[in-house]
Amino acid sequence: MIQLDSVTKVYRMGSVDVAALQEVSLSIQRGEMVAIVGPSGSGKSTLMNVLGCLDVPTSGVYTLEGEEVGQLSDDRLAEIRNRKIGFVFQTYNLLPRISAVANVELPLMYGRTPQRRQKALEALERVGLSERAAHRPTELSGGEQQRVGIARALAKSPSILLADEPTGNLDSASSGEILSILLGLNEEGITVIIVTHERDIALETGRIISMLDGRVVSDEPVGSASRNGPTAGRGA
Amino acid sequence: MSPLDTLRTAVSSLGANKLRAGLTVLGIVIGVTAVISLMSIGRGAQEAITSRIESLGTNLLFVRPGSVSQGGGVFGGQGSAATLTLDDAYALLDPTLASSVAAVAPELRTSGQIVAGRNNTFTQIVGVTPEYQFVRNFPVASGQFISGTHVARRSEVVVIGSSVAETLFGLRDPVGQTLRVNGRRFTVIGVLESQGGTAFGLFDDQVLVPITTAYYRLASQRTTQGGVSVQTINVEVRDEGAMDRAIQEIATVLRLRHRLNGEDDFTISSQQETIETLEETTETFVVFLGAIAGISLLVGGIGIMNIMLVSVTERTREIGVRKAMGAKRRDILLQFVSEATMLSLGGGGAGVLMGLAVARLIDGRTLAGQSFQTAFSGDIAVLALVVSAAIGLFFGIYPAMRAAALHPIEALRHE
Ligand SMILES: Nc1ncnc2c1ncn2[C@@H]1O[C@H](COP(=O)(O)OP(=O)(O)O)[C@@H](O)[C@H]1O
Ligand SMILES: [Mg+2]
Repeated sequence: MIQLDSVTKVYRMGSVDVAALQEVSLSIQRGEMVAIVGPSGSGKSTLMNVLGCLDVPTSGVYTLEGEEVGQLSDDRLAEIRNRKIGFVFQTYNLLPRISAVANVELPLMYGRTPQRRQKALEALERVGLSERAAHRPTELSGGEQQRVGIARALAKSPSILLADEPTGNLDSASSGEILSILLGLNEEGITVIIVTHERDIALETGRIISMLDGRVVSDEPVGSASRNGPTAGRGA
Repeated sequence: MSPLDTLRTAVSSLGANKLRAGLTVLGIVIGVTAVISLMSIGRGAQEAITSRIESLGTNLLFVRPGSVSQGGGVFGGQGSAATLTLDDAYALLDPTLASSVAAVAPELRTSGQIVAGRNNTFTQIVGVTPEYQFVRNFPVASGQFISGTHVARRSEVVVIGSSVAETLFGLRDPVGQTLRVNGRRFTVIGVLESQGGTAFGLFDDQVLVPITTAYYRLASQRTTQGGVSVQTINVEVRDEGAMDRAIQEIATVLRLRHRLNGEDDFTISSQQETIETLEETTETFVVFLGAIAGISLLVGGIGIMNIMLVSVTERTREIGVRKAMGAKRRDILLQFVSEATMLSLGGGGAGVLMGLAVARLIDGRTLAGQSFQTAFSGDIAVLALVVSAAIGLFFGIYPAMRAAALHPIEALRHE
C-alpha cells in the first residue's frame, strides 16, 4: 500500500542544501508493523513526514494506496492526512487549552464526521483513558498525554498509524504501555510505522529499517515477528 | 469543517485569553458607545424641536431683517440690521395688498437677568403682542396674556415660562408677584403652559413682555427709521395652499414701505425651511460623528490586526497540529478571520449596548442646565455593527492568510 521510488527530500538551509532523504525506495504492505531506526539526523522524521503526507518529496515518487502524492494539492494532502493517516508525535502535540476528548475530536471535526463526541470517547476507551476525557492535557502525565495522542490518531479509523519516537519522552513503564497499545492496534489490522531508538521496541515489530545519512542501510524482518504478514521489502 | 465548528473554535480561542480580547476591542467599544449615545441625543433634540415646530401648524411664515445674501439664516436676527418695525408688521394686515395674511405676531428678543427675591435666572426675554399667543400657540396656564393695552402703555408686566416660574417661585403662585428684569420692576401677570420636556428647555425657559416695553425699556437696538424695531414677524397665512402667494404679498408690502428697488432688506422663510435647516444641522452632526466612529474603528481595526498577527505567531504550533489533523487552508483562514470578526463585532455590539444604556440614563434628565431628550437610532446602531464586522474582516484577513499559508512541518517544528 506504501511505495517509495527513489524518494529524495532536500531542505534548503540558507544557501546550503541538506539532503534529508537520498534515493529512498521501499514498500510497506497493509497490516505490517515496521520500526525505523538510525542515529539522530539520519532522516527518520523526514521519511515519516513524507509517508504521512505532511511534506512532499523533492524528487522521486511516493504512491499511497495507488495515488501519487507528489502531484497533489495542499488541500488534497490535508484530506488524505485526515482520512488515511494517524500521526503520533514524540512531544504529543496536544492543544493545551482544550480537553482530552476535544483534542481527540480534532480530526473528526476537520473530516466532518458525525457523532464526534461518541467516536472520540470510544477512541479514548481503546487507550484506556475514558475517565480522563474531560481533563486538559496539562493535567495528565506524559504517558497519559501520549495515549490521548494515540486516541486522536485512531479516532478516524486510519489505515496507517505513524509514530515518530512516541516513547522518546516517557519512562520505561509508560513506554511499555504505549508499545502494547500500538501492538494491539497492529493486531487489529492497522499498518503501524514507528520510529524508535529503543532496541527492545524495535525487536517487538515485524521489520526493522535502518537509516544513515538519509539512506536506508538495512531493511530486515525480525525473526520472531513473522505473524504480521509479508515482510518482504526492498532495501536501498 | 462546518461553519458552526469554525465559530465554536473561534469563540474558545478568544475565550482562552479574555483580558487580551477585551483590551483589544476597548477602542472600538468606546468609539461606538460615544457615537451611539451622542447620536441619540442629537436625534432626540431634533425630534423635539421638529415636533414643536410642526405643532404650530405649517401655515406660518417668518419675516426677518437682513437679506439672504447676508447669510443671516433662519436663526439670524440679533446680529442683523434692525430694518423691520412694528409698523411693518401691522402693515402686513392690509386686506387688499396682503389678503392671504391672517394674523401677524412680531417679536423682539433680548436676554437678561431676572431676579425674584433671592432667586435669579438668566434667560430669553421676548417682546410680543397679544397675537403671539395664538400665532405661536403659547397658551397661559394661569393668569392672563399680554394685552393690547399693555403694549400701548409699555406696561412693565411679564408672562413667564413654566421652568422660569419654577426656578424663581418654586411652588408659589407667581401671578401677582413682582420681579426685576435687568433691574426694573415687573409684575407677573401670567404663566405659560409647559411645552413638555422639549430639548434644551427651549420654550419653557423664556419670559414674554409687551414688545414696546422690550424695545423702550430693555433692548439696546434702535431702528434707523424710528419706531419700534422687531426681529421676527411671525405671519399666519389663511391656508396652507396660499403660502407662495402670501410670500409674494409680504414682499410687495415691505418693498413698498422700505422703498426698495434692488436687494431686499428682509428674508421670508417658512416652517419647512426651518425644519430643513435643522435637519441639515443634524446631518452635519451625523457626518461628524461618523468620522469619529470611522477613526475609532480604524484604530481599533489596526489593533485587532496587530493582536491577530501576534496570535498567529504564538499559535504556530497549534496551526501545525490542526493541519496535521487534516485542517485545510480554508479551515485555518476562516478560523482566524472569524476570531478577528468576532472581536470587532463583539466590540461594536458592546458599544451599541453601552451607547443605548448611556442614552437611557440621560433621557429626560437635566445636566448642566440642559434637559436632554434622546431618541433611539436603529439605523446608526445597525450601521455601527455592520462596519465593525467589516473592519474585523478587513483587518483579520491578512493575519489569517499568513496562518493558512504556514507549512505543516515548519509550523510543527516552531518552538
Ligand atoms: N524543515 C527542515 N529544514 C531544514 N532542514 C531540515 C528540516 N527537517 C530536517 N532537516 C534536516 O534534515 C536532516 C534529517 O533530519 P530528521 O529527518 O529530523 O532526522 P531524524 O528524525 O532522523 O533525527 C537533518 O540534518 C536535519 O537538520
Ligand atoms: Mg526525528
